[in-house]
Amino acid sequence: MKIFLLYILVLLAILLGVYLYRVLQGPTIFDRVLGLNGISTKAIILLIVMGIYFERVDMFVDISTGYALLNLVGALAVAKYLERKGVP
Amino acid sequence: MIVSYEIPLLLLVLVTAGGAILVKDLMSSVLLLGSYSFFLSLAWAWLGAVDVAFVEAVVGAGLATVLFLLTLFGTNPKDTRLRRPPLSLATLIIFPLLGFLLLYAASDLPVYLDPNSPASVHISPTYLEQSYQDTHTPNVVTSVLMDYRSLDTMVETVVIFAAGIACALLLRRDAS
Repeated sequence: MKIFLLYILVLLAILLGVYLYRVLQGPTIFDRVLGLNGISTKAIILLIVMGIYFERVDMFVDISTGYALLNLVGALAVAKYLERKGVP
Repeated sequence: MIVSYEIPLLLLVLVTAGGAILVKDLMSSVLLLGSYSFFLSLAWAWLGAVDVAFVEAVVGAGLATVLFLLTLFGTNPKDTRLRRPPLSLATLIIFPLLGFLLLYAASDLPVYLDPNSPASVHISPTYLEQSYQDTHTPNVVTSVLMDYRSLDTMVETVVIFAAGIACALLLRRDAS
């Protein structure tokens, strides 16, 4: 079971790398914002899988929930910024 | 079984840090810094420091992004194009030397999860054994932060409060 979870973790890290390519390379700002949102969803899943791996899901669920809430605030701030300043 | 899963996480941290420096406009740099601190918090969580990971995810990835965006609100959008001076010779010599010194010092650190390292024999057993009787708090980290070192934490809170007031004064809309 641990080996299986470890394979899932490695696979999620590879997926994070794919999203990261879009954030680094993205021609427009919207590509970067979408890539960042994808990274955050993958990373929430990765934190919970990590919690199952360490058999302490209750602590890791707290982190992932807090991060999900604050990621929403960050995405709203980015949207507000783009609305106010215009798309570069 | 210790699996070195932190190596891909640290690779992602390196890529985001380099990208945040090298990317052209400031907005993308802010977004990359958010993902940087989030990968760092994943590395903390993998190493078992769940509280540090929580603070890194909330403050580094959430609040710092919003603060950087508030700063970008106050700047001129024409300043978003950066022009970098070429690397000087002193930079090329000093920074690899600094990295070598840090790696040399890191070879003296105790092995990860070593039960005989100085950090885990000095005062940590006392906290682990007596903190529940002393403070009736189930979380040891909370009892150390809020009870044994409560004065320290209070002064830190004062510093953060003063910084928050300064940010609010600097970033407020001009009401005059």
